[in-house]
Amino acid sequence: MIYADNAATTKMSDGAAKVFVSLLDEAWGNPSSLYAHGQKAKEVLEQARQDVAGVIGASPREITFTSGGSEADNQAIRTGAALGRKKGKMHIVSTAFEHHAVLHTLEALKKEGFSVTLLDVHENGIVDPAEVEAAIREDTCLVTIMYANNEIGTIQPIREIGAICRKKEVLFHVDAVQAVGHIPVNVTDDCIDMLSASAHKFHGPKGVGFLYAKKGIRLTNLIEGGAQERGRRAGTENVPGIGAMAQALKEADAGMAENAARVVRMRDRLIAGLQEIPHCALNGDQERRLPGNVNFCFEGIEGESLLLLLDDKGICASSGSACTSGSLDPSHVLLAIGRIHDVAHGSLRLSLGEDITEEEVDYIIRTVKEVVAYLRSFSPVWRDLMAGKKEFIL
Amino acid sequence: MALYSEKVMDHFRNPRNVGVIEDADGVGEVGNAKCGDIMKMYLKIENGIVTDVKFETFGCGSAIASSSMATELIKGKPLEEVEQLTNKAVAEALDGLPDYKMHCSVLAEEAISSALEDYYRKHPEARPPKG
Repeated sequence: MIYADNAATTKMSDGAAKVFVSLLDEAWGNPSSLYAHGQKAKEVLEQARQDVAGVIGASPREITFTSGGSEADNQAIRTGAALGRKKGKMHIVSTAFEHHAVLHTLEALKKEGFSVTLLDVHENGIVDPAEVEAAIREDTCLVTIMYANNEIGTIQPIREIGAICRKKEVLFHVDAVQAVGHIPVNVTDDCIDMLSASAHKFHGPKGVGFLYAKKGIRLTNLIEGGAQERGRRAGTENVPGIGAMAQALKEADAGMAENAARVVRMRDRLIAGLQEIPHCALNGDQERRLPGNVNFCFEGIEGESLLLLLDDKGICASSGSACTSGSLDPSHVLLAIGRIHDVAHGSLRLSLGEDITEEEVDYIIRTVKEVVAYLRSFSPVWRDLMAGKKEFIL
Repeated sequence: MALYSEKVMDHFRNPRNVGVIEDADGVGEVGNAKCGDIMKMYLKIENGIVTDVKFETFGCGSAIASSSMATELIKGKPLEEVEQLTNKAVAEALDGLPDYKMHCSVLAEEAISSALEDYYRKHPEARPPKG
């Protein structure tokens, strides 16, 4: 099996899995208990907090452990909104291609009276900092923009946007779920006020993540209860998950430069190979994208059937086709970069892991070419395009 | 649990009656690319019997499987029987479809009706009396 869906989830690293299992055995106490066995678990938590903070340039006290990226996104945005409301500022700036954890939270806030500006992300999938600056109003309480897009991998000019937000004194939240552990992220250099991350995207376990909130930001609680996480997130902590997350992040950080250089070479080889397929297009900027992200639209075919056939040939991938989501509309990300429905249904995302080999990339290229040609061979859309009855879009 | 039944996967992987009939007696195309599903059916009809049928489909796995199954269900059948084909029969023959994929079987039924309608337009004498 060739696993090329690392943007969906990653396999836990051996190191992280080892930590996870050993903590089940050695630190299963409740970190809130005062006896030594409980305090041992507490030490694991605090060491993890220090490790995570160190990787992103934060202080340990600025890290709150959560159940993952979605919770962190919800909490950060709810926090920005609550702080804004107190000052009568009820406008939020974001982009059209954020993750649904962000977009749906913003939708909920709209019902509570907030107004939201969703910025265009242009054909290349990159937001323009000048447009962020222009969108910030007197009553803007929060800017929330992702570090890198989960579908098309485009990396946003976060440092420039951070500087603008700092200058305008507006809170800046970054959904960095796809970026942390893959590209350098530093909350201090990037002037980030809040940042969300998820362990299972960087070879940590599922169900655990963290929210960074700059010192002085009073987080809004989503879960009321005990005083865990200094009162900012109730519930007995997921000690093995948090310990394993910290281990995975340390490993990802230590190997980042070397891994990224290698994965970028594989990615570019894959892009070049797939570009040989007639009437296809790469989605998102070719250079400013995550090391492992490849996303194409192929005209005249539909994504779900492509995925099923690739699965038969041992390749795990994903698509922004409507049929893969259970809704009628294709991916909002592809629509946001201007792909029309007809071709957005024919999309394929391959997100490579650090262990991908050149042979595997070549096998993917060969197989995708074969499968696309096969599906086109009985596609009435492709027939009409080839007969000149319809105009090619790509 | 797999997304689709074994039958759906079989018809998806090895679709029956794929292709075009150049001198078809009835051709029907339904769906649109915007929604991500298009089906085209070609019928060859002799003496009130569907002697040959081919399809082309742009769509997901269940759309391809539904087209394939529908062609099997009508091949060699008299028109009166073909007219009775329902989407439910297509879905049942496939051992069921997920709820949100039922529209694929509807599309298959509609593609066949549309091809039949095309045939009746060209051969009004063959149209069975209403009632």
